[in-house]
Amino acid sequence: MTDRAAISIADRAATATPAQLARRVRGLSDRAIAWLFIAPTIVLLLAINIFPLIWTVYLSFTNYRANRPGRAVDWVGTRNYERLLGSEDVWGYLQATAHFVSWTMSIQVVLGLGLALLINKNFKGAGFWTTIILIPMMLSPAVVGTFWTYLYQPQTGIFSYIINAFADVGPVDMIGSPTLAPWSIIIVDTWMWTPYIMLLSLAGLRSIPDYLYEAAEIDRANAWQKFWYITLPRVLPFLMLAVLFRGIENFKMFDLVVELTSGGPGSITELASINLKREAFEKWRTGYSSAFAVILFVTVFGLGNIYVKALNRVKQ
Amino acid sequence: MRTWKACLAAAAVSLVAATGAQAQEKQLTLCWAAWDPANALAELGKDFTAESGIKMNYEFVPWTNFADRFINELNSGGKLCDLLIGDSQWIGGSATYGHYIKLNDFFDKEGISMDDFAPATVYAYSTWPKGTPNYWALPAMGDALGWIYRKDWFARPELRTEFKAKYGHDLGVPENWIQLKHIGEFFQGREIDGKKVYGMGIYTERGSEGITMGVTAAMYAWGFQYEDPNKPYSMEGYVNSPDAVEALEFYKSLYECCTPPGHSDAYMVANLDAYKSGQVAMQMNWFAFMPGIAKDEDVGGDKSGFFVNPAQKVAASTLGGQGISVVSYSDKKDLALEYIKWFAQDHVQKKWWALGGYSASKAVLDDPNFPNTAPFAADFLKAMDGVKDFWQEPTYAELLQSMQKRVHDFVVADKGTAKEALDKMIVDWTEVFQDDGKL
Amino acid sequence: MSAGATSAHSVVESKAVGKWIAGLLVMAYALVAVVPLAWIFSTGFKSPPDSISYPPKVIFEPSLEGYVNLFTNRSRQTPEYIESLGTATTWYDDIVRKRNMVITGPSRFKDRYVNSVVIGFGSTFLAVFLGTLAAYGFSRFRVPLKDDLMFFILSTRMMPPIAVAIPIFLMYRTLGLSDTILGMILLYTAVNVSLAVWLLKGFMDEIPREYEEAAVVDGYTRLQAFIKVVLPQARAGIAATAIFCLIFAWNEYAFALLLTSGNAQTAPPFIPIIIGEGGLDWPAVAAGTTLFLLPIVFFTVLLRNQLLRGITFGAVRK
Repeated sequence: MTDRAAISIADRAATATPAQLARRVRGLSDRAIAWLFIAPTIVLLLAINIFPLIWTVYLSFTNYRANRPGRAVDWVGTRNYERLLGSEDVWGYLQATAHFVSWTMSIQVVLGLGLALLINKNFKGAGFWTTIILIPMMLSPAVVGTFWTYLYQPQTGIFSYIINAFADVGPVDMIGSPTLAPWSIIIVDTWMWTPYIMLLSLAGLRSIPDYLYEAAEIDRANAWQKFWYITLPRVLPFLMLAVLFRGIENFKMFDLVVELTSGGPGSITELASINLKREAFEKWRTGYSSAFAVILFVTVFGLGNIYVKALNRVKQ
Repeated sequence: MRTWKACLAAAAVSLVAATGAQAQEKQLTLCWAAWDPANALAELGKDFTAESGIKMNYEFVPWTNFADRFINELNSGGKLCDLLIGDSQWIGGSATYGHYIKLNDFFDKEGISMDDFAPATVYAYSTWPKGTPNYWALPAMGDALGWIYRKDWFARPELRTEFKAKYGHDLGVPENWIQLKHIGEFFQGREIDGKKVYGMGIYTERGSEGITMGVTAAMYAWGFQYEDPNKPYSMEGYVNSPDAVEALEFYKSLYECCTPPGHSDAYMVANLDAYKSGQVAMQMNWFAFMPGIAKDEDVGGDKSGFFVNPAQKVAASTLGGQGISVVSYSDKKDLALEYIKWFAQDHVQKKWWALGGYSASKAVLDDPNFPNTAPFAADFLKAMDGVKDFWQEPTYAELLQSMQKRVHDFVVADKGTAKEALDKMIVDWTEVFQDDGKL
Repeated sequence: MSAGATSAHSVVESKAVGKWIAGLLVMAYALVAVVPLAWIFSTGFKSPPDSISYPPKVIFEPSLEGYVNLFTNRSRQTPEYIESLGTATTWYDDIVRKRNMVITGPSRFKDRYVNSVVIGFGSTFLAVFLGTLAAYGFSRFRVPLKDDLMFFILSTRMMPPIAVAIPIFLMYRTLGLSDTILGMILLYTAVNVSLAVWLLKGFMDEIPREYEEAAVVDGYTRLQAFIKVVLPQARAGIAATAIFCLIFAWNEYAFALLLTSGNAQTAPPFIPIIIGEGGLDWPAVAAGTTLFLLPIVFFTVLLRNQLLRGITFGAVRK
């Protein structure tokens, strides 16, 4: 925006308002401006985030069902929570989620850090190839999930075809096989999000000053020692930050997996969010699913906080 | 500056779009699933528009999203659908929670009698509470689960000889599920015309209702009962009866022996695809698809034959099909009723059948010539004689989700035993009925 | 960060051979990662039979059938009926008739795509507008409980979207906002505003205060100084923030699935259910996917230097 345009907007705003008011607006105290600027955002968040959140907490203590408008809503105390925590199935969903989160994080950290170390060697064309690698993480997960079901088709899909080009194992049924299905979602998530870890690791690597390596060179440190004593400690905070962000996202994972496997076979890839959707929007057990939502929220929040403490310790 | 202008323009457009007024001509929106019969209905609807001047819009959603999407629509009080051809199991909930309007007065006024429709369809698609003369829909589309097979493959002399030698009965329409499995095993992995083929496509879908519809086809044939006939909602010994266990185990053995690779999440369209591309010798599917198969360019004509769900202990079949209802949140209920009045007429019902829709009207079904009008018409009458439906309780979605999970866990994910799956289902279902105050 | 461009502190004296090997390994990974994308793109130009052939076809005769199917509804007719129509007048009629079908009308894809654009731009505009104001407020003024408020803004992103959708569903049902474009714009704005505030606060913090102070000395009011001095300085940051907000709104699926239907549905819940006569019409799905992903690929390339900041909520700057 040009300066002249800015002035004219301010002037127009001034002339459009009555003189007295205009003086007041022009003369607004800093404090007033601060609140004037911040308040709309806070109001919006209160209306669309906090109020619903409080409502969810309230609902979680009732037997409310969104599909029965007329029915009386009973206060059921902690029964929804007892049911949830006492249910073997719910622990199964949480286990599936934990499996998904821990494996995706481990594999992506190794791959992402590895790629970053390689890219940091600054070979010719590194910028171009990096950009190519980044593309998957910007795509719409639901659309990606849909399309991977096509790539995963055991007979007509490219995935099974490529596997068979290396090892003659016959049609590979990634989504339908109970043993392979958990890995099918891990593979797609890794394809999509390794670039994320890579990008943050790269930022960490670039923050290491050269003189540290030069000093190590003088001390005749070998490559492994340089990595262990210089590179890793410096990259670790970045890596942990990446894992924090991705860990939370994968704990909440819904879109990618629901389009890919819809939780199947059986409930093997039924992550917490997928089950939550079934309870809330297919069975319409609103009270019960609100309790589940609260549990998930508290878990993310709790784990996140513990993790941030660890992160801060590493940073020091 | 230019980016700002673009942003402002976009914001302005979005506001206009959000508040934009719609053209005020007479029009109706009909919601249904996206499948062959829906295209036939759209074709049929052209006559209605010509007669009444009311334009018809359609919102057709694929089956796997159908229940999810429209039940959400009903529960949010949406005005998208004026007319809804909702699934038979929705009647209980939609009547109880006021999503549909009651049609009794309208039927009386317009002289539409439910006696003019096949009793099984009226019972299943229109009434709630079940069997009482309280009508919430007009039977629109009769349907049941049946089977489609490659008549041309079955007719090959060399295959017939080999089959007979191996199994001791003729390669033909199976009389029971054991014979069905024989056929599946026989074709599994066989090379036909230089292409590897497989036994059959059965329902295994997890997300909506697929595997339940398939498994119940077997269970009903084993004489399955949902509850003690003398003691409603008492399921112990019925849902997990030895016959039920046997049927469920049998269904799993079919999945394991005779389906193509990757057939782990298959419903109607996946079976159609497998069949039409010449991958399988048989498929289970709704009668609704048979007109399309009969005129298909690859497998149509003499290449395909049809049979009703094989009996095991009893002759029975899974019910499909839907009634057409007026959504109570619609602003155009009068126009919607006008459509139903038009649709109920005998000549419209006859054209409906001719276009590929399964009329439930006696004017069509009781016509002595009806069995000859299509290769599957006689089978359709036979199937509709012994149909059974899933729970139609207001809580059906909860009951269904539980069955989907338990059955898929056992059949596809290979977890636990059949007895355990059914036992867990009783626990789930009992809890649902308790929450609903039925127990 | 500028991806891979020569940076000041490269590893000391990487040997030429080491560079070669590193380059080859990265290239290998990039090529593997690009296979699915290339496959999506090429499937859009396959004919339906080619798309489900076994083994998969790498070389095929290109066809626009997928794109035609994406934008039209079709119905199957008898060859006699099609012959009675005379010769096809347009190239797309011609393609469809070869399969014994006729076009019955446009599909919903265009509407969904337009919804995505309207909701995406509308919510982005609002989020960036509110975010700019709030970020300035947080950056320049002493706000009581500032850190708590900033964290509170972020906490909204910790909830699984499905958990948020439960009360929003109830609220929108009461307010009549279900399945409306306005409702979706408000919701996406609320979700995006947290990103906007965090990112923009970072950008604002980098603009020296001296500029505004000089302007105030020149007789401008605080408001004028904000409009005249700060906004132009923050332009690049605002543009980058806007694109990140747009990408979120563009890709969002869970809310759109649960809160919209025939009216305000965006493309992500629609693309997975594009069906042909049999099952999913893969060339049409691929065509829709390509058209939907293309803008994002473009933005990714455009934004590669700001990417790090955007995806970490401003936590990592360089």
